[in-house]
Amino acid sequence: MAENAKLMQGNEACTMGAIAAGLQFFAGYPITPSTEIAEMCSEELPKFGGKFIQMEDEIGSIAACIGASLTGKKAMTATSGPGFSLMQESIGYASLCEIPVVIVNVQRMGPSTGMPTSPAQGDIMQARWGTHGDHQIIALAPGNVKECFELTFKAFAYAEAYRVPVIVLADEVISHMREKVILPDPSSYKIPMRAMPTSPAGYKPYGADPDGGVPLMAPFGQGYRWHCTGLFHDESGAPSGKAAVADKLLRRLERKIEKNAQVLEDYYAESMEDCDIAVVSFGSSAMAALSAVRRARKEGHKAGMLRLKTIWPFPDAALRRLSASAKKIIVPEMNLGQLALEVERAIHGKAEVIKLGKVTGELFHPDEIYQALKEAF
Amino acid sequence: MAEFLDYFRKERLPHIWCPGCGHGTVTGALIRAVDKLGLDKNKIVMVSGIGCSSRAVGYLDFDTLHTTHGRALAFATGVKHAKPSLKVIVMTGDGDCTAIGGNHFIHAARRNIDITTIIMNNSIYGMTSGQYSPTTPHGMLGTTAPYGNVEQEFDVCELAKASGASYVARATSFHVTLLTDLIEKALMNKGFSVVEALTQCPTYFGRKNKIGGPVELLNWIKDRTVNAKAAAALPPEKLAGKLLIGELHRAERPEYCASYAETTARVQRTYNDYKGGNRGCELNSD
Repeated sequence: MAENAKLMQGNEACTMGAIAAGLQFFAGYPITPSTEIAEMCSEELPKFGGKFIQMEDEIGSIAACIGASLTGKKAMTATSGPGFSLMQESIGYASLCEIPVVIVNVQRMGPSTGMPTSPAQGDIMQARWGTHGDHQIIALAPGNVKECFELTFKAFAYAEAYRVPVIVLADEVISHMREKVILPDPSSYKIPMRAMPTSPAGYKPYGADPDGGVPLMAPFGQGYRWHCTGLFHDESGAPSGKAAVADKLLRRLERKIEKNAQVLEDYYAESMEDCDIAVVSFGSSAMAALSAVRRARKEGHKAGMLRLKTIWPFPDAALRRLSASAKKIIVPEMNLGQLALEVERAIHGKAEVIKLGKVTGELFHPDEIYQALKEAF
Repeated sequence: MAEFLDYFRKERLPHIWCPGCGHGTVTGALIRAVDKLGLDKNKIVMVSGIGCSSRAVGYLDFDTLHTTHGRALAFATGVKHAKPSLKVIVMTGDGDCTAIGGNHFIHAARRNIDITTIIMNNSIYGMTSGQYSPTTPHGMLGTTAPYGNVEQEFDVCELAKASGASYVARATSFHVTLLTDLIEKALMNKGFSVVEALTQCPTYFGRKNKIGGPVELLNWIKDRTVNAKAAAALPPEKLAGKLLIGELHRAERPEYCASYAETTARVQRTYNDYKGGNRGCELNSD
């Protein structure tokens, strides 16, 4: 295994995870702090026949990825806050039309141009609700460089399995940080594949179990001749303005993710079993949080750490289960309390939720979280 | 020709266009051109954006992609780049292509990517009921130009040419034989091809500007044009305010997908021992 150990950057690990998952198409537009992903894709993809393109903007980038995905290829784009905002309309398109696509969003300080090279975690809600209308989305947050690889790989698995846009919600620190990573043996990769129909006869592009079923996806150019539209559509793909068709479609899309929430939940928990105070965090904030929790434990305080890897769908059940003994929950995050809102909703008054928001463009210091723990005890 | 309706999803008809609309005529010309060239139905992908023009693809029996407003060419770029063996045709309108989608239009042309773009230019936003567009002539009326259009209009073909398209032509829904012929040539060109089809919107453009019904509006469009070949022999005063129709531009330029394939081949000669983790992607896959 030693030969697979590498010192690498988060963005590099993310690209390698995508390639391991079978990435064949990347379209992007330069933006700090995600640009290394585009640079690496431009270098690596041609080596094995994959396609790279630098589009004229982020709107075009996500659109090109969706177009490529419709031909049966695994497609990804990478961006940061301002570019992520520009992609929202077509993320909604991919959601309604059920096109697998992976979007890496390396969060930086916003709103607006903000502080382009400073870390933040302010896109939690944009990842969930950035596009208009009810829709479902999956968002995964890596907490270290190795997870940049693992969760990007997983993002493809989910995108293909559920035909949904999947967002890798990294942040400037995770993506630019370098760590030693031991990559899995390539022969162990189980390449994610979408379910495809076997014959055009009687093919219904949107025919699926109304209770969250995933329709079979025919690649363009293979004789299925189907219609893909961002208008509400019936099982045949035909646009429809009928109330019953719209209702059935939107509810199926909702159920598709909702009923798999348990499968999708992913987290790292430490010392949560008997904790009086839990720290719930994600991404680079959780690195500082874990250090603070361990220090508190060493001093005899019953502190626990829950780091979320799956942000959306929000792991309500896991949070409630794991923090059953907690009287207080501290939520350190580099925004003014977006994750805390979800924790509050999910915990439903069973514990006091303490917001610990930081918007200086700086990473948390473990002492800051340790102090919050001390005050809470 | 094969049965005309064989190219349509008959169960999706009738279409939503207004009586007297020119978009059906343009769609018909496209189908005739596709038929004449004997293109494989299963290898054609039709892409559109949003607007009256963009509803055309929903009625056609190909793989069809009805996308977001203005983005048809960006989606189409993804389809073509991912699978260059597909014939990619974009159906768009003046607002979709030259206003909200203007950036994608000029960059698709700059790349000279092998996509055929049919622009149905009725000089108005029909779907949203008659607002002025980038091709509404100066001084003419729209629901957002109640005192006459203050702005200057685009010459779509000049824009395509300046941006790098390798085939540029214009016809109208009056000159159907010419239009069909130009679309056929555009489909044969390996590169970014643009055919602008001036079409009539009697419901909004014609009515708002008191031009009359569909026939009067067609005549009005016809009178705005001069054949490009005939134009050479005409004095300047006869050409003032006129739009040229016919084949307007051809250029030999490297096509994007071909250039990418060349680069890929060169890279692979260097890295033919590539041991990356990607097993989902065949070497040189199309």
